[in-house]
Amino acid sequence: MTATLLAIPILGSLLILQTAVFSQLPLLRGTTDLVMVAIIAWSLQKSVKTAWQWGIIGGLLVSLSTALPFGLPIIGYLLVVGMALLLRQRVWQVPILAMFVATFLGTLITQALAVLVLRFTGTSLAWLESVNMITLPSMLLNLVVAIPAYALLGDLARWLYPEELVV
Amino acid sequence: MAGLKSRTVQTVIIVLVIIGLIALALGGYLTPLSRYVLAPVIGSQTWLATRFQAIQTYITAPADLTRLQQRNEELEAENSQLQSQIITLKQQLSETSILQALVDFARVNPENRYVAARVIGRDPSPFLQYVLINRGSDDGLRRGMPVVTSQGLVGRVAAVTAGAARVQLITDAASAVNVRLEPSGAQAVLQGSATGDLSLDMIPQEASVEIGELVLTSGLGGNYPADIVVGQVTNLRSRDTDLFQKASVQPAVDFRQIPIVLIITNFRPVDVSPLIPTPNAP
Repeated sequence: MTATLLAIPILGSLLILQTAVFSQLPLLRGTTDLVMVAIIAWSLQKSVKTAWQWGIIGGLLVSLSTALPFGLPIIGYLLVVGMALLLRQRVWQVPILAMFVATFLGTLITQALAVLVLRFTGTSLAWLESVNMITLPSMLLNLVVAIPAYALLGDLARWLYPEELVV
Repeated sequence: MAGLKSRTVQTVIIVLVIIGLIALALGGYLTPLSRYVLAPVIGSQTWLATRFQAIQTYITAPADLTRLQQRNEELEAENSQLQSQIITLKQQLSETSILQALVDFARVNPENRYVAARVIGRDPSPFLQYVLINRGSDDGLRRGMPVVTSQGLVGRVAAVTAGAARVQLITDAASAVNVRLEPSGAQAVLQGSATGDLSLDMIPQEASVEIGELVLTSGLGGNYPADIVVGQVTNLRSRDTDLFQKASVQPAVDFRQIPIVLIITNFRPVDVSPLIPTPNAP
């Protein structure tokens, strides 16, 4: 329960940081998705059992502040959580590799979903332009923050779920 | 009597010797002698003075060093305080100049009522060009109100909460603004894009548009007031096979940095959607 409740201040602070600071520092037109990276980093911690809850809370918070159709970030982040949990099972021995792969795929999933829905709702978005100017730079920025995010959330997970020592 | 006489002689002799020595000294005849006599004295005094000064320095220097270090720290602290004051003052100056420009803009357009708002963030999605402002329905903001700066049109209010609002920029891919080009007078539609570039569409083929023409809102459609500056035509594409000409627009507003905006609160957008004929309409 504590781990789930902690998602609100943590992801809320990250969202404020993202909208106030990181969104103002784009690479070409791409920006960092701190909330998504934090959700991935949390989902990849082997002791964590609240990844889905973090996905829902993160998606809900982003839904409240973005002009994307309501609920789209929730769906995107839940897909990302599912993918991260799958990677945790498959690539559990190399968590850093899993973090990179999950960030790479997570960026693709969330942004592809956003482009699809925006095009469906009538917004004209050029695929190639979107990939070159937004998705690839965003991916690079997300990969840059992936390692510190994994380390910080790893510390949080160890604090919340201390490992029992077998004597 | 004999003793008194000999003492007088002694005194006279001494006086004469002294006068003689003085005369010799004044004549420079005693210089080689004095050099030999004074050399060891000067050497001894130098040795003693050097040692004394060394000891004095040893005793007093740490106190001076401590005082100097303390003074240095004080000056460094004062320096950083002054530096931070300079930064604050520069920020205030920048804000004041922005506000001055906005006030000038408001004076030039007295028919409108404005509410100033600070931009506090951008949309988390990189595909959308929206900004968040720190004024909401409590300040009289309503959905659809136009947003401007002293440079020109920024966008319009897309969503409102009690204390904040979301503004759709004219660079957003879903934004469309009816504009007029000056001096040609041609009507067109300004569209944003995912990358934030602005383009003009629906320019009639017969319109003779030139590069550098001013782009102003036309007021058609009822979404924006007329005659707000939007930008300038930078590139024109005209093909005989196309129905309309197209153009690129350089926006008047620098959308990368918008610290403060003005919301025109006395403008109510007109909803023309009921007037648009639908295919199933009788």
